Amino acid sequence: MTFVPHTERDRQQMLEAIGVKTIADLFEAVPQKFRFPKLNLPAPLTEMEALGELKGIAEANESADDLVSFLGAGAYHHYIPAGVDSILRRGEYYTAYTPYQPEISQGTLQAIFEYQSLIVALTGMEVSNASHYDGATALAEAVNMSHAIHRGARNKIILSPGIHPQYRAVVHTYEDGGDLQLIGEDLDLSAGPDALIELIDEHTALVCVAYPDFFGRVYDYTKLAEAAHAKGALLAVSVNPTALGLLKPPGEMGADIVTGEGQPLGIPLSFGGPYLGILTTRNQYVRQIAGRLVGETVDSRGQRGFVLTLSTREQHIKREKASSNICTNQGLMMLAATTYMSLLGKSGLRQVAESCYHKAHYAATEIAKLKGFGLKFKDAFFHEFVVECPIPAAELNLRLLELGIVGGYALGAEYPGMQNCMLLTVTELNSKEEIDYLVETLAEVAHA
Amino acid sequence: MNYPADLKYTKNDEWVRVEGDSATVGVSDYAQDQLSDIVYVDFSAAAGAKVAQGATFAGVESVKAAADIYMPVDGEVVEVNGALAQTPEAINSDPYGAAWLAKIKLTNPAQLDALMDAAAYEAYCKERSA
Repeated sequence: MTFVPHTERDRQQMLEAIGVKTIADLFEAVPQKFRFPKLNLPAPLTEMEALGELKGIAEANESADDLVSFLGAGAYHHYIPAGVDSILRRGEYYTAYTPYQPEISQGTLQAIFEYQSLIVALTGMEVSNASHYDGATALAEAVNMSHAIHRGARNKIILSPGIHPQYRAVVHTYEDGGDLQLIGEDLDLSAGPDALIELIDEHTALVCVAYPDFFGRVYDYTKLAEAAHAKGALLAVSVNPTALGLLKPPGEMGADIVTGEGQPLGIPLSFGGPYLGILTTRNQYVRQIAGRLVGETVDSRGQRGFVLTLSTREQHIKREKASSNICTNQGLMMLAATTYMSLLGKSGLRQVAESCYHKAHYAATEIAKLKGFGLKFKDAFFHEFVVECPIPAAELNLRLLELGIVGGYALGAEYPGMQNCMLLTVTELNSKEEIDYLVETLAEVAHA
Repeated sequence: MNYPADLKYTKNDEWVRVEGDSATVGVSDYAQDQLSDIVYVDFSAAAGAKVAQGATFAGVESVKAAADIYMPVDGEVVEVNGALAQTPEAINSDPYGAAWLAKIKLTNPAQLDALMDAAAYEAYCKERSA
């Protein structure tokens, strides 16, 4: 059976319509010698041989499970309960893209509705969309939202230097060529949120901060929210959702938009994607939020059901007038996060967050005792912290790797002058033995 | 379809009711019928704003479309109909009355002469429905 829908007759008719004789005539512009070049490929393999070869390639890779890892910086190694994968792999979910005839997919819509409800509870906000691409693009959408909310009348966006450098780069990409001015990234890294307050004026549309920030630091942004609102500006907070199991949600600090990277909620590291964008706001800004929203309703027989809600925000109705034309979502990753949060519950999420917090603080305390090592910042932190090392961090990482340890993120690449600084992450997966091994090894290799 | 004789109309289906040097602006019966059930109205101009002829001052969303509403003539906004935020469906039921959109002070009344009267507008609507 062929899956090519065109018959020979169809093809002849099409060729006649455009006035050529054969399909090859369409490629005349390509010089003969380039049409079928001889490719230098190995001989064909049987399935058994191919599997063996691929296995060999895969085994050359060392994953976070094979090594002792203290690397985070935006992508986190957490335990994922087996239930997450077994729900994800159900055919009804696994094959589904964001539904185009949505109401027929009640299961998918219910999952999205549950996801939105969970994220709203976690962030302390009022509305969540059905999810977005990742933490970086969700933050960029927050910037676009604030521009739309102010009807383009305000063009200044304050970006805290404590936001993940790659997120800031994505915001720059989104806004390239537009009339928005992005400021604040060159502030002193030790200055904290008060330095941002001084930049807010009547042209400011949005202030963006991270919670915890890229360096793991935790600030109360209540004063910042008040200062922004006093000048008519909005506050967006980019979160790590794991931290919200323990910390005060940004909704309670007065945030107007909360975005975040949902990867820590049951999504594997997987070489950096696919991940999950969290995007939430207040009810009053619901018409400017990007993406899809699912609402609960009753059908003609009075039975509970789910529908796409406020679709006029989206491209299929608003088109060029919409504040964002993205109306896809990360369906499968959204389902993973929903399953993860449901399985853990409020107390489970808190336990994960507490475990991360206490283990990270134990590690920080022990490392700070080592000769030549010290903590770069004095602020409160969650599960990441910056260590100043006696030698360049990149060099130190090479030595650690030889002994089976993936060290922290070497900050010198993004922050000139921080060549000796390393951003270390500790999660619930790092045992006390692993932390002690890291501390001993650091002491050993740093002075080798 | 209703085309009140005392109003002036634009090609974009707004109407203007002139009262001395002021005017009231809204969208026509034809416009609400084309849009179908209107579910949302918002205003991009507030009292005191000077809006030029052809500039957007409001937007409406229906269950099947979103439309910008343009100012028919130059004017300074005196008041917008904020009550429509709660009752956008009034545009469907009473487009020439309760669902007025803005009251303006005319700053260039000569522009009114170029707008359509009711008969011309009715012909223009019928031509598009044909």
